[in-house]
Amino acid sequence: MNIGIEQGMLLAAVLFLIGLTGLLVRRDIVFMLISVEIMLNAAGLAFIVAGSAWRQADGQVMFLFILTMAATEVAVGLALIIQLFMKLKSVDIDRANTMKG
Amino acid sequence: MNTVFYISSALAVFATLKAITNKVAIHALLYFIVSLLSVAVVLFVLGAPFVAALEVIIYAGAIMVLFVFVIMMLNLGRETLNDESGMLKREMFIGPSVISTLLLAEIVYMLVHQTAMPLSLKTITPAEVGQLLFTKYMLVVELGAFLLMSGIVGAYHLGQKEKLVHHRFLKTEKDIA
Amino acid sequence: MKELLWLIVALPFAGSLLLIIFGTRLSRFLCAIIGVGSVSMSAVLTLLVGTDFLCGNPDGKAYVETLWQWMNVNGLSPDVAFHLDTVSLCFIFVITFVGALIHLYSVQFMWKDEGLRRFFIYMNLFVGFMLTLVLADNMLLLYLGWEGVGLCSYLLIGFWYQDPANGYAARKAFIVTRVGDLAMTVGLFVLFLNFHTLNIQVILTAAPGTWPVGSGVALATAFLLLGGALGKSAQLPLQTWLPDAMAGPSPVSALIHSATMVTAGVYLIARTHVLFELAPLAMAVIAFIGALTLLVAGLAALNQHDIKKVLAYSTISQIGYMFLALGVGAWSAAIFHFMIHAFFKALLFLGAGIVIWALDEEHNMFKMGGLWKKLPVTFWTFLIGAASLSALPLITAGFYSKDKILWLSYASDKGSVWLWLAALAGAFLTALYAFRMVFLTFFGEAKKEPGQIPGLLMTIPLFVLAVLSIIGGFIELPGDLGHFTLFSDFIEKTLPVTAIAITGHYTEFALQCISAVVAIAGMLVAYIYYYNKPFPATEPRRNRLQQFLYLGWNFDLLYNTIIVQPIVFLSAIDKNDFIDKCYNGLAALTVQIHSLLSAMQNGMVRRYAVVLAIGAIITLTIIFYL
Repeated sequence: MNIGIEQGMLLAAVLFLIGLTGLLVRRDIVFMLISVEIMLNAAGLAFIVAGSAWRQADGQVMFLFILTMAATEVAVGLALIIQLFMKLKSVDIDRANTMKG
Repeated sequence: MNTVFYISSALAVFATLKAITNKVAIHALLYFIVSLLSVAVVLFVLGAPFVAALEVIIYAGAIMVLFVFVIMMLNLGRETLNDESGMLKREMFIGPSVISTLLLAEIVYMLVHQTAMPLSLKTITPAEVGQLLFTKYMLVVELGAFLLMSGIVGAYHLGQKEKLVHHRFLKTEKDIA
Repeated sequence: MKELLWLIVALPFAGSLLLIIFGTRLSRFLCAIIGVGSVSMSAVLTLLVGTDFLCGNPDGKAYVETLWQWMNVNGLSPDVAFHLDTVSLCFIFVITFVGALIHLYSVQFMWKDEGLRRFFIYMNLFVGFMLTLVLADNMLLLYLGWEGVGLCSYLLIGFWYQDPANGYAARKAFIVTRVGDLAMTVGLFVLFLNFHTLNIQVILTAAPGTWPVGSGVALATAFLLLGGALGKSAQLPLQTWLPDAMAGPSPVSALIHSATMVTAGVYLIARTHVLFELAPLAMAVIAFIGALTLLVAGLAALNQHDIKKVLAYSTISQIGYMFLALGVGAWSAAIFHFMIHAFFKALLFLGAGIVIWALDEEHNMFKMGGLWKKLPVTFWTFLIGAASLSALPLITAGFYSKDKILWLSYASDKGSVWLWLAALAGAFLTALYAFRMVFLTFFGEAKKEPGQIPGLLMTIPLFVLAVLSIIGGFIELPGDLGHFTLFSDFIEKTLPVTAIAITGHYTEFALQCISAVVAIAGMLVAYIYYYNKPFPATEPRRNRLQQFLYLGWNFDLLYNTIIVQPIVFLSAIDKNDFIDKCYNGLAALTVQIHSLLSAMQNGMVRRYAVVLAIGAIITLTIIFYL
């Protein structure tokens, strides 16, 4: 196999940037959280690619931790989304701007 | 192996793109799950079977299912769908696309000026990962456990329904009992 | 005993300090005791120190008591030292005695006022400063007392500060006297430049040798010091503040604006008489200003309806007499008239204060009447005071002092017949307005009933001052009536003897008869026009001339147009000048930047995310390319 590390990293970067674009564009809270997940996944992929290039298992260990963190974050984040939805009665995040000024 | 890698990565990118441009949340989630599966294939190609399995089981299997359940619970109706169409317009993609393109350009520049390192087919077994986990990265495992614990507790508390507080003169017998 | 001289000055200051620190914790009675007690003790001490000074001191040699060296800066080393000689002894006697009587009177006058403590603080402070002024050994200490009395005058005129008109009157007094003080300061500079010291006696002994008579420097210094005296003593052209100063309580007017502070100018000129003798033109100007002022003020007093304003213009007029005396070189006559004037003017002000107090703040004479039965003590003492003011012949002290001035304005080697004629006309006017005041206030039908009858605390000072207004003149009898020169001998131990050009007892007697006739004529004219005449209880109608005189010859309008309006106009232009624009621009810039920055805090999460992304781009760029 003659895939260079750059191509793997490029894949990870493209996925990350798609997630970033989704985060900036969408106004729906749920979609923003999905975009964050996309970004996390892309970051993990970057770690695996690096681990494969160095022929070490450290990359996989890092991916494991990113996975753990993503799981926790999703759990808590979804609970918060539920609470926010109860308060705002809508999923538009621009409604939550009482910290203005 | 190269072709598998290229096809899977193309699929992943396409699925992710579809995921962020969707109006219905469940559809976006499903597209994302497709993307996750493609990424799992890529991980297999890169010689990390353990992580690829974990990705499918935990990420696509647990986290995304959690997402689906919560979206079902939110019970967003047709008005939300209409709002969604109002919120998502073509013009809104311009700004963030510019930003992302700039970042992409910088990352590509970075990658091009790097020393070339080929990826290998050597499979890293779960045994090696386990060895590292329990010797070199011991503390981080414990920390991960803490994190999960706090996540559970936090999610439980945050997910509780808020109790309505009645003034004590307005309480009926049912409330007191 | 003489060593206690410093205590005379220190006691009023101590009283004031005590009241400042502890005043709010003491009862009103105790405050009054401290206020009156400090000045009374000073008065008793003055007697003791005075007798000790005069015993065994036939030449009247001065006694100097140095307390400490004030400063030593580049050759200027004034001491805090008190210089007691016959002139200052006379002044401190008047200040402490009349001051003590007025303090006693003001206990009952101000008893119902809630600012009683504040009042005694200011009054004691004033007495302290005035004593410093007259006892000062050097010009700098004198200037300290000068400014101190000006401050206390401001504080006391604006005593009832809740009414903004009183504050305006106080500011006017302060600013007009400030103009004079400025001239005096420049005069002090010139003195120091020439003599390298400000010690008065040193200057007075060195001056004749240093400056030839009539030289430019002497003239300049004399005119500058005269400027200060004019401001403080309310003579032309700086007399506009004194009628407005009647906004203060009556004891204040009695103490400050009749007996003591306004005579500070007289004291200054008498003290530095050597400098004035070196500048004959200045002396002539003093005499001219004195004569002119007494006529201007006399005519203005004739057209007032407010009883205190009559007395204010009368004060200006009588100080004009003193200035006239100083201008013709009649030093002891001026001091004599100062003393007698202090007695009867304080008496008149205290009496007027009682009338106002009894009639519940009624100042308009035309709304008073028939009080001679209701307030008998006040009436008789007021009558004695008015008689003294009009120089009723032979029985009042005012006759002897004013007559001396009239005689010397004719007979002195610097006098002239025109000055005498002006003084004579002034005497007629004085008698006229004084008895106009008496008849309008105390006779005629009673338009208002007195609400309160004065008690002992108010009538004892009246009584004492009335006695002094009668017998005070017998210490100085003129040449043809016995030639008893106790007072002038006393003063002429320090001040020079008046040089007389025209002698002759018959001339003197003739002139005395003329002035006596003139005074009685004034009283008669007042009787004809004002006794028991039915006047409406309002301000009198005035024709154009009377209105002009009523406004004090409209000096206020003149100064307003010439001085005040141009300054106000210029300062309005200057209000938004270039420098202000710089500062305002700085403030406006800050506000602009703030509004820009606060737009960044809009609470919208997506915008924050955009900023994050842009920040990431910028950071990466910096890392790569730098």
